[in-house]
Amino acid sequence: MASAGVEGSAELRIDGAAKRFGEVAALDGVSLQVAPGELLTILGPSGSGKTTLLKVVAGFERPDAGSVKIDGVEITALPPARRDIGMVFQNYALFPHLTVERNVAFPLEMRNIGKPEIARRVADALALVELAGYGERLPRQLSGGQQQRVALARAIVFNPRLLLLDEPFGALDRKLRETMQLEVRRLQRRLGLTTIFITHDQEEALVLSDRIAVMNKGTIQQIATTTEIYERPANDFVADFVGESNIFHGTMNASGSAPGAVTLDGGRVVMVSSNKPAGTKVGVLMRPERFAASGANAFTGEVVESVYLGTSFKLRLACEGGLELLVRQPARGALPAPGARVAVGIDPDAIHVF
Amino acid sequence: MSMRGIWPALPALALLFFFFLFPVVRMLGFSLEGGSLDWYAKALGEGLYLRVFWATFEIALLVTFFCLLLGYPLGFLMATTTPIWATVGFIFVLLPLWTSVLVRTYAWMVLLGRNGVFNRLLIDAGIISDPLPLLHNFTGVLIGMVHVLLPYMVLPVYGAVRRLDPAIVAAAEGLGASTWRIFWRIYLPLTLNGIFAGAVIVFVLSLGFFITPALLGGGRVIMIAVLIEQEVRQSLNWPFAAALSAVLLVATFAVYSLAQRFTRTEPAP
Amino acid sequence: MSRRVLVLACGLIYLFLMLPILVVFPISLSSAPYMQFPPPGWSWQWYERYLDDPQWIDATWRSLYIGVATAILALALGVPLAFSLVRAKFAGRALVERLALAPVIVPTIILSVAVYGIFAKLKLIGTWYGLVVAHTVLALPFVVLVMVAGLRDFDRGLEQAAEGLGASRWRTLTRITLPLLRPSLVSAGLLAFISSFDEVVVALFLAGANMTLPKKMFDNILMEIDPTIAAVSVMQILLVALVLVLIGRFGRGLSGSAR
Repeated sequence: MASAGVEGSAELRIDGAAKRFGEVAALDGVSLQVAPGELLTILGPSGSGKTTLLKVVAGFERPDAGSVKIDGVEITALPPARRDIGMVFQNYALFPHLTVERNVAFPLEMRNIGKPEIARRVADALALVELAGYGERLPRQLSGGQQQRVALARAIVFNPRLLLLDEPFGALDRKLRETMQLEVRRLQRRLGLTTIFITHDQEEALVLSDRIAVMNKGTIQQIATTTEIYERPANDFVADFVGESNIFHGTMNASGSAPGAVTLDGGRVVMVSSNKPAGTKVGVLMRPERFAASGANAFTGEVVESVYLGTSFKLRLACEGGLELLVRQPARGALPAPGARVAVGIDPDAIHVF
Repeated sequence: MSMRGIWPALPALALLFFFFLFPVVRMLGFSLEGGSLDWYAKALGEGLYLRVFWATFEIALLVTFFCLLLGYPLGFLMATTTPIWATVGFIFVLLPLWTSVLVRTYAWMVLLGRNGVFNRLLIDAGIISDPLPLLHNFTGVLIGMVHVLLPYMVLPVYGAVRRLDPAIVAAAEGLGASTWRIFWRIYLPLTLNGIFAGAVIVFVLSLGFFITPALLGGGRVIMIAVLIEQEVRQSLNWPFAAALSAVLLVATFAVYSLAQRFTRTEPAP
Repeated sequence: MSRRVLVLACGLIYLFLMLPILVVFPISLSSAPYMQFPPPGWSWQWYERYLDDPQWIDATWRSLYIGVATAILALALGVPLAFSLVRAKFAGRALVERLALAPVIVPTIILSVAVYGIFAKLKLIGTWYGLVVAHTVLALPFVVLVMVAGLRDFDRGLEQAAEGLGASRWRTLTRITLPLLRPSLVSAGLLAFISSFDEVVVALFLAGANMTLPKKMFDNILMEIDPTIAAVSVMQILLVALVLVLIGRFGRGLSGSAR
């Protein structure tokens, strides 16, 4: 695919971006770097500032402070039309009065590329998203998934240096969403295009990304690989936002030898493997699926709620000392009923301390 | 051409200023000839002209009343029927609306004259022996104006009935209300906005009407607009015409302002 | 039962509305030499009279090109005005909106007399361009109303997308915004045209010896009820019907949905 290739990818660097809207700080000193060919997902709830960040990168908002650089060149003041960035929005933004072909050809026409070249590149782009032959259709004749693929073709046909996707699959049903996620991933890898993906759906983030930047209230809470984010979240927010969690707070005990221990605020002591100094206030994360029938840390509790999920059971246990645990067990035997007493255990290295 | 700011609006504003605002203000200024209010004294003081104002007002009220009577059923029907019939209804309303006032007025002359369609039909059928005086008088003007202004009443009523939440009517029906009751207690009060809007438009337009009274009135029905035209073209009495215009304008604005005061924004559906 | 009564009543009211429109058709085809009803026979004579009379043809032609010029000028001024009203923030915007719609509220007789006063001074009486300017003032509110409604429903995300894809502001306007606004533009232009073509009162004052069609009709009606007027009326009705069909097919109403 000579027409859409690795030559397109670039490095993106944001330094200290800040933006206020009246009283509210939508962006509060955001810095990040995206390596060439990488897919970074910006994950966060509504109002976290992720859309504002995207607009700053795309050029639709000027930051109050900070800079945006592509391959070392500052573009902070450049208008969107000159940034050579491909964009896909949630509501597709396909031009309703143009055919699929004219839609995809649009950015090429804006760059005054010759007709034969345009025809060739449009055909290639449509083939890439598996919509060859759909050129003469109008957007309203296509399904949601097809429209999104046209939007994708249009975003990459002009060899952008960067690809931005703003919650593109929100309007699609679940199955379609999953298919499209994989398609985007496949396309991105194939083209080696530096990509930023915005979403509030943490499962989507985990599926797609090389790295994830978790945002809240205008700042980046943590930016790391998917594994890091899930298994070693840096703080309460990230731990809670990504995946299901049991989060407690306490103090590190004096640790003579490994493993260390944490005294939770409720009094219970939990054995962990962490070498944080004694006396530090820490957070403790135990993922529901890391509990086993027994382990170094044992808990027994009464079932408050139990749900059958096909492959697993999800149980809410009320344990001693007022501790409430969310536990996932492989579905074996009968679902424990509310009121039953269940015993679970978790080993120190399955617990994350932050 | 930037789409920002007021710049794109300037050419239009220039046109409106030089060929609308300025001429009107200038003309109204003539009424204060010699720095006095004499012309206003004449316009508002002399019985002859007061009768003209009164006649204009009277006709406007009557026209509005009849337009209400005829327009509400039409708007109501159009808003509560199938889309196909509604479109048909629209054609029958829009076609007269956009047909030249002149054409419509001429047609009424054909219909209402002594040898016109109505009289000929009635005489030939033996119902009457002498033609009815339907033209060149108050009646003719009334009929003609109601016809011209009826669409202006139908459209706002249609809009208001359309905006009514059908669930409310369904609820009333479910609670056992009769058709008449539903009309009185639900439709009428909730579409008052549309009725009011239509009435205001019709009334204000009636005040300033020229063509229809000029042609159908036969010189016997003098409304303000007709008087103004006479004063300018025949008597060349600009200051007086200006004073009359000023009074008409004030009356028009007064009615509109009153209407604004009493119109409440409809609650969101 | 009451529904039937309603339908019947409305049928009569519709008849009332359409009667004048319908009556001119048979009159225009009457073979009698003067106004007579019912017509004794059928003939094309009035249409022939119209087509043979250079004054009528001139007047029609004048009204046509004045109407077209008015539509063009009204769009050229009104569309940017609508853009400003919907998208720009500036002090006095509400006032500007009121001013743009004022020509509809102020009685036409007042406007006509006032403009007549100015034009007499400027020696613009009897000129076609003077009339175009006056008609544009009257047509502007329609253009503004239709365009503002169309702009309010416009999805600005499309413009953003176009910019992101490399289009300059101008190109976004000409390739995306205006083509998508075409239904509103068509409606606005046709409304402006028909309002000018039908316009009588201003024409009475400003046309001078160079008559527009309505002015000639007015004079004709005052002097005698000549069935030629009926023929002219029929043609005017057909023109309005044509315009309505065009608006229905290509245009967009004020209400929101493309009708």
